[in-house]
Formats: sequence, C-alpha cells, structure tokens
Amino acid sequence: MQPIISISALSKTYAGGFQALKGIDLDIRQGEIFALLGPNGAGKTTLIGTICGIVRPSAGRVRVGGHDIISEYRAARSMIGLVPQELTTDAFESVWGTVSFSRGLFGKAPNPAHIEKVLRELSLWDKRNNKIITLSGGMKRRLLIAKALSHEPQVLFLDEPTAGVDVELRRDMWALVRRLRESGVTVILTTHYIEEAEEMADRIGVINKGEIVLVEEKAELMRKLGKKQLTLHLDAPLAEIPGRLADYGLELAGGGGQLVYTYDDARGDRASILKLLEDLAAAGIAFKDLQTSQSSLEDIFVSLVKDSR
Amino acid sequence: MNWYAIRAIYHFEMARTRRTLLQSIVSPVISTSLYFVVFGAAIGSRIPQIGEVSYGAFLVPGLIMLSLLTQSVSNASFGIYFPRFSGTIYELLSAPVSYFEAVLAYVGAAATKSVIVGLIILATAALFVPFSIAHPFWMILFLLLTSVTFSLIGFIIGIWADNFEKLQLVPLLIITPLTFLGDSFYSIDMLPPFWQTVSLFNPVVYLVSGFRWSFYGIADVGVAVSLVMTLLFLAVAMAVVAWIFKTGYRLKN
Ligand SMILES: Nc1ncnc2c1ncn2[C@@H]1O[C@H](COP(=O)(O)OP(=O)(O)O)[C@@H](O)[C@H]1O
Ligand SMILES: [Mg+2]
Repeated sequence: MQPIISISALSKTYAGGFQALKGIDLDIRQGEIFALLGPNGAGKTTLIGTICGIVRPSAGRVRVGGHDIISEYRAARSMIGLVPQELTTDAFESVWGTVSFSRGLFGKAPNPAHIEKVLRELSLWDKRNNKIITLSGGMKRRLLIAKALSHEPQVLFLDEPTAGVDVELRRDMWALVRRLRESGVTVILTTHYIEEAEEMADRIGVINKGEIVLVEEKAELMRKLGKKQLTLHLDAPLAEIPGRLADYGLELAGGGGQLVYTYDDARGDRASILKLLEDLAAAGIAFKDLQTSQSSLEDIFVSLVKDSR
Repeated sequence: MNWYAIRAIYHFEMARTRRTLLQSIVSPVISTSLYFVVFGAAIGSRIPQIGEVSYGAFLVPGLIMLSLLTQSVSNASFGIYFPRFSGTIYELLSAPVSYFEAVLAYVGAAATKSVIVGLIILATAALFVPFSIAHPFWMILFLLLTSVTFSLIGFIIGIWADNFEKLQLVPLLIITPLTFLGDSFYSIDMLPPFWQTVSLFNPVVYLVSGFRWSFYGIADVGVAVSLVMTLLFLAVAMAVVAWIFKTGYRLKN
C-alpha cells in the first residue's frame, strides 16, 4: 500500500545556519499510530512543522496522500490536522466559534453536527459558549485537538500531546487516539515519554540531532525487550567458543573474558541456563561472577541517542 | 479559491471589531468631532473661505482621510501582527489557504472597517457643517482605494513588526506626520513655494486632494494625477505584499 506520508531526503537549516533536520527519510503507513520519540531539541517539532507547511524545507521532498506539500499544498494540507506543542489559542472567541473557524479555514462547508460530535467527544460540549480565556489548560489542549479534528482530517499530528498533562487526561487522550485510529485516521505523535510510545504506538521512530536513528514495529521492539542476557565473567579468557557449546548461540565479549548468553524469558529459556552451566563445568570453563540484564526501550533509546552523538 | 477560509477569516476579524466597538468606532468619531470644534468653529471662523468653500466644510474630506489612513493601518497591522505574536498563526500557515486568499480576507476586513468609520465620520461632520458631495461615485472610489491601499500598508507593517513598539512606530512617525502635512487642514496654495514643492513628494497630498475634489470640485493637484498616484501606491503595496509571501518573510522559518 502507498504510504500516506512519504518523506525523502528532507533537510532543514534555519536562518541562523543551524541544521535541525539532516536528510530525513521516513514513510508513514495509512491508519497507523506512529510515535516519534526523541529528546528535546531533536527536531520533532521542526519535522512536523515542515510537513504541515509552517517551516519551509531547505531540501528534500514530502508527499501527503501522494500530494507534494509545496506544489499541491492545498490537497496535502486539507488532509492534515495539527495539534501544536504550545497552547496557542485566541482568548475572546467562544469554543464553538473557534472550532467552526478552523473548519472554514480548511475549506469545509459548515457542519454543526460534526462540530457538535467533536466537542462532545472531547468533553467540551458544555463549554461551547465559553470564551477560550475561561478554560483550564487541559481544556485548552482538548480545544486544540477539537480544532484539528474540525475538518475531518485523515492524518492527525499531535506534538507532545501529553507534556505537562495530568494522568487522567493522558488516559483520555490515549483512548481518543485509539478511537481515531479505529475510524481510519493516521496518527503521528511526538513524545519524549517512552512509556507513551510503548503504550500507544504501532510503530516507533527515534529521532536524534535531526536524524532518524531507528524505525521499528513496536511489537518487534518489544520482542527484543523480552530478551535477557546472562554475562559470565570467566577466570581465564577464551580464544573461541568450544564446539560442544555451539547450540547456545554464545558470544564472547570483553576480549574473551566474558561469555554472553542471550535468552528469551518469555519462551521459558530460563531452564536452559542450568544446562548451560553444567555444560560449562563439563568443558572446564570456570567463572568468577555472573550477572543478568534486560534491555528496556529506555536502554535502547539511550544507547541510540548516545551512539549518534 | 477557498471561499470558506476567506469567509472564516473575514468574520473573525469583523467579530474582533465588534468586541472592541468603543475603541474602533467611537474614538475616531470623538476625535474628529473635537477637530471640528477646535479647527472648524474656533479657528475656522478667523480663516477666510478657501475658494468657494468655508473652512469648516474644507476640513471634512481631510479629516475623513486622516481617520481612514490611521484606521486602515492600525486595523490591518494589528490583525496580522497579533496571531504572529500569540502563535495562533500556525493554523493559517498550515491551512490550505493561498496567500492571495489570506490577504483578501485580512485586508478586506480592515478596509471594510475603515470605510464604515469614514462614513460614520461623514455623518458626524454633517452635524457640524453643511457640505455637499459633487461627485459621489468618485468619493466612494477614493474612499475604497485609500482604505485598501493603507490596509495593505498596515498588513505589511504587521508582518514587519516584531514587537508592539514597532507596530506603533510607523503610524506614529510616518503616517501621522504625512497626514498632518498632507493638506488635510490647509490648501497647499497657502504654503510658501518651497514647501509647495516639498508637499508634492507627500503621497497623502494626492489622496486628500482627489478626495476633496470629489466633494467640492476643487483640488490642489489634478484629479487624474490623484487617481494615478493612488493606484500607484496600491500597486506598490501589492507588490511588497506579494514579495513578502513569495519569500515567506517573517512568516515562516
Ligand atoms: N526558529 C528557529 N531558529 C533556529 N533554530 C531553531 C528554530 N526552531 C528550532 N530550532 C532549533 O532546532 C532544533 C530542533 O528543534 P525542535 O524541532 O523544536 O525540537 P524538538 O521538537 O524535538 O524538541 C533545536 O536545536 C532548536 O533550538
Ligand atoms: Mg518540540
């Protein structure tokens, strides 16, 4: 299937000369929830801004639904709803007025029934006649989502939707995103909370210093996470792994002084550890210490971000 | 054309005007009334007729122009500056709206408001001095052209300014002096020859002169020249706006 968003060789150098995006290649699949994970300053907002038309790309190309974002900006932008990172709203407009305004801005005929549905969905219906200035922070966040959904977009960008949001609202937000996906909307969210990506995403992309350093199915990532490692610190270094231990898929590390055994806890491989230890003893390999470790998404993230420094 | 977007922006801007009705409409009316009292009645009684026209009546077109210019510039500059300042401009930039449509909506709304203010001042003036309008069609045309031109200039200022001070600066340092020295309160014949020549470099002179001609058939410069100059300012303003959008100047990083 054709990707709903296709980004190729996209670069952005800001006026001051700072390169915020360095040749990004990325495809977003129709109907998925894609989490863009990265530390502050990685380029997440710049990437989203470029796709949405707020930041001008320096090089490269982006297509949304097959439409080039520059030469066919109308078709491309009509498909997109954007919820910005900052709570930027008018003050004296009413909730109803500002959501209707957004729909008009995106070239859609008035449809009060749809606006009502969106406002109810986001628990803002009771506030429809309120001025925006009277809303709480959480309500403003939901209002921005309502504005982004007012024109029935096929792609929704949520830039750090849960930054500084309380737990309850965060759960609501996650539930909403799932409902949107069920209705066929592709959702791209940025976050620097790993558990949020873990909880929500179908796929996860990691961005750091303007580069995409990893894109992976969440399920695949989680499978890797299920893996554990047993590291044995040997009394004497080994030059190679003895043939009788070949079945274990062992690896040597630390200049031969460490033997690393990777096993999948979920598959019940733990029982094989005993067997391994017996076989080691039989091969005359002694060790002075052992440790087990489990890599988390966080570890993967931290190591990726460190490696690409 | 994205007509729904044009309509949405236009309504938004007009709603802003309605929310600030007092400041938008009442204050220009009060200040113009004060001009009539001070210049028209108090000083005007000591100034002889200018041509066929009493000084009070002579003032009417100039005072309307004065308000028209300041209103157009301040409405349009604020209309586009504020979303930039508050960050809500992200929505316009991410919307399927062409630059032409955005200008049409913002400048259209600002110009509409100035025309309304101009007509209200015209009605107010009728309470102070009797006057006639010889060429109503031309009067409306000059009113519209001036409102649109100066709303475009306001739009440019609103994009150029990066703080509130600059937003006030141009109207204060350029527009207001040009208007006061631009033949609103006197005929340039009354100036020494040197200053008459200097006045011809003041664009406002042409606007006021043409506008006054549509009232009384008297003008400092020929009405054709006024019209050409007005259209020229309009074209220059449009060219600058087109350049701004083409380069994304100050709107997009
Ligand atoms: N307008 C700008 N001018 C210059 N540099 C900018 C601008 N906006 C962002 N940057 C820089 O680009 C980098 C990426 O920023 P951003 O996309 O906001 O990151 P993130 O959203 O991942 O936190 C940062 O180093 C930031 O300082
Ligand atoms: Mg950001």
